[in-house]
Amino acid sequence: MPAATARAAHSSLASDPEEPPLRKLYRSADGRMLGGVARGLAGHLGLPVAWVRFVFLGLFLSDGLGALLYAVFWIVVPLGVGGVGDAHPPRSVFETAPDGRRRLRKPDPGQVFALVALLVGAVAFVSSVDMGSEADRYIWPTLLIGAGSVLVWRQADNARRARWMEVGRRRRLLHLARALAGVALVGLGLAVFMVVRGSAAQLGNVLTAAIAVLTGIALLAGPYLVRMTQDLSEERLMRIRAQERAEVAAHVHDSVLHTLTLIQRNADDGGEVRRLARAQERELRNWLYNPEGTGKDEDDEPETLAEAVKRAAAEVEDKHGVPLEVVVVGDCPLDDKLGAQMQAAREAMVNAAKYGGEGGAVQVFAEVEGTTVFVSVRDRGPGFDLDEVPADRMGVRESIIGRMQRNGGTARLRSVPGGGTEVELEMERASE
Amino acid sequence: MTENTEATGGPERRVRVVLVDDHRMFRTGVQAEIGRTEETGVEVVGEAADVDQAVTVITATRPEVVLLDVHLPGGGGVEVLRRCAPLMGAADDPVRFLALSVSDAAEDVIGVIRGGARGYVTKTITGTDLVDSVFRVQEGDAVFSPRLAGFVLDAFASTDAPPVDEDMDRLTQREREVLRLIARGYAYKEIAKQLFISVKTVESHVSAVLRKLQLSNRHELTRWATARRLV
Repeated sequence: MPAATARAAHSSLASDPEEPPLRKLYRSADGRMLGGVARGLAGHLGLPVAWVRFVFLGLFLSDGLGALLYAVFWIVVPLGVGGVGDAHPPRSVFETAPDGRRRLRKPDPGQVFALVALLVGAVAFVSSVDMGSEADRYIWPTLLIGAGSVLVWRQADNARRARWMEVGRRRRLLHLARALAGVALVGLGLAVFMVVRGSAAQLGNVLTAAIAVLTGIALLAGPYLVRMTQDLSEERLMRIRAQERAEVAAHVHDSVLHTLTLIQRNADDGGEVRRLARAQERELRNWLYNPEGTGKDEDDEPETLAEAVKRAAAEVEDKHGVPLEVVVVGDCPLDDKLGAQMQAAREAMVNAAKYGGEGGAVQVFAEVEGTTVFVSVRDRGPGFDLDEVPADRMGVRESIIGRMQRNGGTARLRSVPGGGTEVELEMERASE
Repeated sequence: MTENTEATGGPERRVRVVLVDDHRMFRTGVQAEIGRTEETGVEVVGEAADVDQAVTVITATRPEVVLLDVHLPGGGGVEVLRRCAPLMGAADDPVRFLALSVSDAAEDVIGVIRGGARGYVTKTITGTDLVDSVFRVQEGDAVFSPRLAGFVLDAFASTDAPPVDEDMDRLTQREREVLRLIARGYAYKEIAKQLFISVKTVESHVSAVLRKLQLSNRHELTRWATARRLV
């Protein structure tokens, strides 16, 4: 109990300093025992949750009024996370579990105590009602129906939660079982009611009448219901579209307009304009066509070869203002050897951009085939002869050829027919 | 078909082209770039901005080559290809399609190629290269950009367990080599020199790849597409 009290007290304290203008009552989704009504009320009123529970228990013992009240609250009050239009979500009402996952939590003393109290209450209730008398006929069906509807309502809450949190995909079967159990209980209760009240002989008549009434209602209200659900789903679709459009607009606004402004300002500097336009094109493309597509996660280290190649090419492109056309076939995770190969490839790209960029786009090709990773960087520049490069120029010899050899790969440098230079890097990756 | 004689005859080669793209600016740009008929030999005989227009214009003008954007209102380039299928198959005067796209997405590109387009080039292509590609398509060749070659290699890669009787669907060693060189940015002529074969042979390899890509509805592509959640 102390834990719960402390939490509740803490949460009420936390909500005090910045009192939201309009506080709405929510049921609490976290740390609840049944429907979260008590916890929600406690949060709303700023009382320890135990008090509220005691009051409910007391009311429950007095002819079950508590149960009725609780049920009404449960049905009417929405489950609270991020209600519509609340700038200040009722964070005070519920709190995240210490480990972040509700279900793995150990039973806290408050809950155990409450369970015990519930049991005592139930026993008191059962003993206070005369089981043997006439009333017996009604009590058991009522209890059955009550239990069934509690199950189903709890189920509805869970479905809503699952939508927020996208949890419980594996629990779908359990959910279904629970819902079915609830429906079965209610049905059983109703059936017992009918059988007990009238005689079994009248069951047929009663059923016929009930079906007739239900059919009538369905015929009358059906079209409206269908129309309403259609309208609702359409509205939801429109809202999603609007959201998406807003997101695109925001992105275009942020980066594209910014770039266009820069381009206008640097209109005379052709190289800069090209560089800006290219960087923007790449970013937008990344954003539009990437499946995960935010295009913003540029800070973290690349984990796969394809990513690393694209990243290196983009950086070289930005720095030297020469377009690099990247084609990647296959993909694999990066390891140390491939990391070295990437560095060599990057060096080759820089060289190609610096010395061969006049002849058009630099072609970068990477292929993973089996355990071999092949990278080729090719430009259409004037080409050069490795033997004529002075011995003190270490770029090609050390950064490309040497690095590849030290890591157990090969590098080949050659002039291609029709001018230009191609660097071929080959590396065996550590087998999986 | 009175212009036909004029189009094929004469020392200067001529080709009639229809531009399909929903961006007017882009159409204007392409028209300005390649449409100077005296210099390039390309005559733009029609333009269209969506699928319905495209089908109408293509049927009416019967061009030799259609420059087709992948993303179009009304179903995209694939839809145009589907509805123009009879024209593509015409024996005497086939209409050929060259996909011209800004899209980087493999499914777009492979989609139009499988729909019957004879090649795929990106919108960053230069005017001269585009004119060249148009003529190549007119002559019945396939036009592969490095990127498309990459996509195709990717699509046909990882055939570790050789399936029975699927040889039609797989690329030969030579075809892979050719594709690889295209992906590395080599021109057909350079590839021929590199592999010690004639340019004609390179072209026939590329055509074979294209045919396999269009015919292949069997496992690799399915698996490839499934792996990328395209189907």
